[in-house]
Amino acid sequence: MNARLRWRKLVSGFMLTMTGVCALVAVSILFFILGYFVYNGGVSINWDFFTKLPAQVGQPGGGMANAIVGSAKLLLLASLIGVPIGFLGGIYLAEFSGTKVAFVVRYAADLLNGVPSIVIGIFAYALLVLPFKHFSTFAGSFALGIMMIPITLRSTEEFLLGVPRALREGSMALGAGKWTTIMRVVVPAAYRGIMTAILLALARVAGETAPLLFTALGNQYWSPGWNQPTSSLPAMIYTYALSPYEDWHRQAWAAGLVLLGLILMVNIVARVILSRGIAVPRS
Amino acid sequence: MSTSSINVPSAGPIAGSRSFLSRLRNGDEVARLVTFLFAASVVLTTVLLVYELWIGAALSRHKFGLAFFFTRVWDPIAEQFGALPFIYGTLVTAAVSLLLAVPLGIGAAIFLAELAPQKLSDPLQFFIDLLAAVPSVIYGLLGVFIVIPMMREWVQPALKNTLGFLPLFQGPVYGMGFLTAGIVLAIMVIPYIISVSREVLLSVPRDQREAALALGSTRWESTWKVVVPFAKTGIMGSIFLALARALGETMAVTMVIGNTPTISSSLFSPGYSIAAVIANEFTEATGDMHLSALIELGLVLFLLTFILNGLARLLMLLTTQRGSGMGHA
Amino acid sequence: MKRLAGTLLLVVAFGGMLLAQNALLINGAGATFPYPIYSKWFDEYHKANGTQINYQSVGSGAGIKQVTEGTVDFGASDGPMNDDQIKAYRAKNGTGILHFPTVLGAVVPTYNVAGVSGALNFTPEALSGIFLGHISKWNDPAIAGANKGVNLPGNDIVVIHRSDGSGTTYIWTDYLSKVNSDWKDKVGKGTSVNWPVGLGGKGNEGVTGLIKQTPNSIGYVELIYAAQNKVPYGSVKNAAGTQVKADLASVTEAAAAAAKTIPDDFRVSITNAPGKNAYPISSFTWLLIPEKFKDTAKREALKGFLKWAITDGQGAVENLSYAKLPKEVVDKELKAISKVQ
Repeated sequence: MNARLRWRKLVSGFMLTMTGVCALVAVSILFFILGYFVYNGGVSINWDFFTKLPAQVGQPGGGMANAIVGSAKLLLLASLIGVPIGFLGGIYLAEFSGTKVAFVVRYAADLLNGVPSIVIGIFAYALLVLPFKHFSTFAGSFALGIMMIPITLRSTEEFLLGVPRALREGSMALGAGKWTTIMRVVVPAAYRGIMTAILLALARVAGETAPLLFTALGNQYWSPGWNQPTSSLPAMIYTYALSPYEDWHRQAWAAGLVLLGLILMVNIVARVILSRGIAVPRS
Repeated sequence: MSTSSINVPSAGPIAGSRSFLSRLRNGDEVARLVTFLFAASVVLTTVLLVYELWIGAALSRHKFGLAFFFTRVWDPIAEQFGALPFIYGTLVTAAVSLLLAVPLGIGAAIFLAELAPQKLSDPLQFFIDLLAAVPSVIYGLLGVFIVIPMMREWVQPALKNTLGFLPLFQGPVYGMGFLTAGIVLAIMVIPYIISVSREVLLSVPRDQREAALALGSTRWESTWKVVVPFAKTGIMGSIFLALARALGETMAVTMVIGNTPTISSSLFSPGYSIAAVIANEFTEATGDMHLSALIELGLVLFLLTFILNGLARLLMLLTTQRGSGMGHA
Repeated sequence: MKRLAGTLLLVVAFGGMLLAQNALLINGAGATFPYPIYSKWFDEYHKANGTQINYQSVGSGAGIKQVTEGTVDFGASDGPMNDDQIKAYRAKNGTGILHFPTVLGAVVPTYNVAGVSGALNFTPEALSGIFLGHISKWNDPAIAGANKGVNLPGNDIVVIHRSDGSGTTYIWTDYLSKVNSDWKDKVGKGTSVNWPVGLGGKGNEGVTGLIKQTPNSIGYVELIYAAQNKVPYGSVKNAAGTQVKADLASVTEAAAAAAKTIPDDFRVSITNAPGKNAYPISSFTWLLIPEKFKDTAKREALKGFLKWAITDGQGAVENLSYAKLPKEVVDKELKAISKVQ
C-alpha cells in the first residue's frame, strides 16, 4: 500500500465522517428546538393559559384562550374552503380529465403552492377585506384555504390514481355508473391517504402568520361569528415575542410549545400512516 | 398519462349527438361538470391572484417604471419608492443561507443516501421532514431570544476579530442583520435540500457506483466523483427549491433582520427583505402610491419564486429522465 | 376518532360564536403610544357595561389607513391626520373625520448604556446629531458636555427607531424639525420617515424590547413604556433652556399654552412648547372617529365611551404616567362629541 493510496483512504474516511457530522447537525437542530420549547414553554403553560383572555397591557397573567379558539375556527373554515376544491378538483384530474386540462390545472396548483404566504395575504386583503370593509375570520380562512388547495389537489389525484384499475372495472362490470364507482369504490379505497394529506395541509397552514396579518388582524376578546377580526396563536406569538414585557415573552414560549407540539404530532401521525403504506390499499 | 380514465359505455359514439341538457340528466355528466368547475376554480384563483397583483402595482409601475429596481430611496413622505434595498436584502440573506445550507445539506444527504443503512436513514429522514414542518414564526421566536444574543455576544465579535479585514465582517455589532437572518433561513431550508438530494442520490443506478469502486476508487471518490455529478441536476433543483423558500420567508426574517432599508457591504448591518417590508408596512401605507409600491414588491417576489420553482421542477424532471434512461449495464 | 375531533371543533366554534354573540364588538386600530391606557380603559369599560372594544396596537400609520379604508370602526393616532389625509378620507367615505384628544403623553429618549442607570441630559443638538448620524459615539462632546461627571463609554451609538408608521415617530420628528433645520430639510416630520441611521423596531413595544436587549442603544418611546420596563430615560433641554425630565407636571405645562387656543378640530402640536418647565416632546393623542356613523349601536357606544374616557377615565391616566387633558380641552370636546352623527 503506497503513500498515495493511504492518503486517499484517509481523505475518504475523513470526508465520509464529515457527512455523518452534517447529518447529525441537521437532525440535532430539531431536537434542540424541541428541547428549548419544552423547557421554556413548559414552565409557562398552566391552566390560565388555556382558559383566560389576555390581560391588560403590562399586567402579568391572562392567557390565550381566544387565540386557541381563534386558530381552531380559522383552520375549520380554511378546510371547508380548501378541501372541497382540492378534493373535487383532484377527482376531476384523476377520473375525468384529458391531459391538456390536467396539465393546466396541475400547473396552476403548483404555481399557487409556490406563492409566498405574504403575497396570498395581499390577495385576500384585496378580495375580502377592502371591499367588505372588514377584517374577519373569513378573510383569514380564505387565505389559509387557498394555501391548502394545492396539497389537497395533488394528493387526492395521486392517491386516486394509485387505486388499482381492477377495482374500478369490477364496479363498472357490476353496472355502477362512473360517479357511483368513484364515490363508493375508488375514494373509499384512497380515503386514508387523502385524509392524511389533508391533515398535513392543515398542519402546514396552522403555523402561518403572514397571511393573517392583513386579514384576521387580532382581537383581545372572543371573536363572534365569522365576520369579525380574530386572534390566533401564531399572531400572538409574533406580537408577544416583540414586546418588552417578560410575562408576554413567557406566554409566547408557551404558545409556541402548544403550536409546535400540535403541528409535530399531526405530522408524525400522518407521515407514519403514509410511510407504512396503510394509506394505500394493497392489491 | 391517466390510467384510470375509463370510458363509460354511455359515452360512446352516440354521446355526441345527444343534447347537453339530456346528457346532464345522467348523473355522471353532472359529476364531470361539477368536478370540472372545482378544478377550474383552482386555475381561476391563480389567474385572479396574478391579476390583482398586476392591477394593484399599476400605479407604481407607471410612475417608476424600470427605475424601481435600481433606486435605493424608500421615502413615504416624498413618495419616492425604490426596490433596491429590499431586493438586495432578500438576495443577500438568501445567498448567506444557501452558502451555509448547501454544503451541510448535501453532506447530510450523501450520508443518508450512501452510507447509512436503511434502518438509520429512514428514521433520520423522518426527523428531517419534521424540521420542514416547523412554522416560520417559531423560528422567529428562536431567532429573537436565542440566535440574536448568540450572534451579538459570541459569533459576530469572533468573526470581527478574526476576519475583520474583510468588509463583510466590519461595522457595529447589533446581533440582528443580514448574517443572522441568513443563518435562521439556512436552518429553515436545510430540510428541503436534504430530502430532495437524498432522493435524487438514491435514484442513481447502482452500476455507476460499483463501476467506480471496481476501478479502484475509494468510497468517497466514487461518491463525490461519480454519484454526485450524476445527480447534479437534481441537486441543483433542490437548491432552487430551497432558494424559492428562502426568498418568500416573512416572519422569521422580519423578526431578526433589523427592518432598515440599508444596502451595506457588511453582513452585520441591519437590512430589509421584500417579504418583511410588505408585512410591516402594508396595513399602514397611507398613500396610494405607497401601497402600490408594496404590491409591486409583492409582484416581484411572486415572479422570482415562480421562475425559481419552474426551474427547480425542470431540473428535477431532467434528472429523473436521465436516471431512468441510463443505467443499463 | 376523526369524526369526534371534527364534532368537537364544531362545538367549540359554535360555542365561541354564541358566547360573544350578544355583546357589542367595536373594532379600532392605531397608535401604540396610548396603548397601555387604552387597554386599561377598554377593559374597565367592558367590565362596567359589557361593550367590547377590540383595539389593535398596530401603529398610528395603520390606524389612519384602516379607518380611511373603513375596515375598522375608529382609528387612533398621535400624529394628527394632515389636510391631504383628511381630504382623502372625505373622498373615500363622503364624510369627514373627527379628532378627539384623549390623553397627554410624552416621548422620552431611552437608552441602554453600560454603567449609566440614571438620567442623562440631552440637548436638542445632541438628539438631532445622534439621529442624523453625525454623532456616533457615546462620549462625544455634544453628549458629554451636558453630562459632566458621568462616565460615558467610547462605544458606538446604536440608534433605534420605528419600523412601522408611527405617531410617536411623528411627535419625535416634529420636535427635531422644530429644533434643527438640518433635520427639517433632510428628513422632515411624519409617521414614516427616511431614517439616516438606525435599526427598526415594531411599535413602542418593539423599540423598548430592542433597547433592553441591545447594548449602547438609544431610542424614543412613550414614557410609560420606559417606566414600566425599567429602562432609563433622559431629560431634554426645552425652549426655555431648562433640562426637563418627562413627568405629569412638565407634560401638563407643555399643554397649558395650547389648551386655551386649541382649534376646533383639536389638531395641534405642542412640541417645544413655551414654559419654564414644559417638557418639549409632549403631545396629545387622538381617537379618529368618522363624522357619520351608520351603525347606531356602535356610534352610541363609542360616544359613550369617549365621554367616559375624557371625564371619569382621566382618573386612571396618571397611574400610567399620562397627563390629564386640560379642562378647557375637555369642555370643548364634550361639546364636539355631538358632531358624531
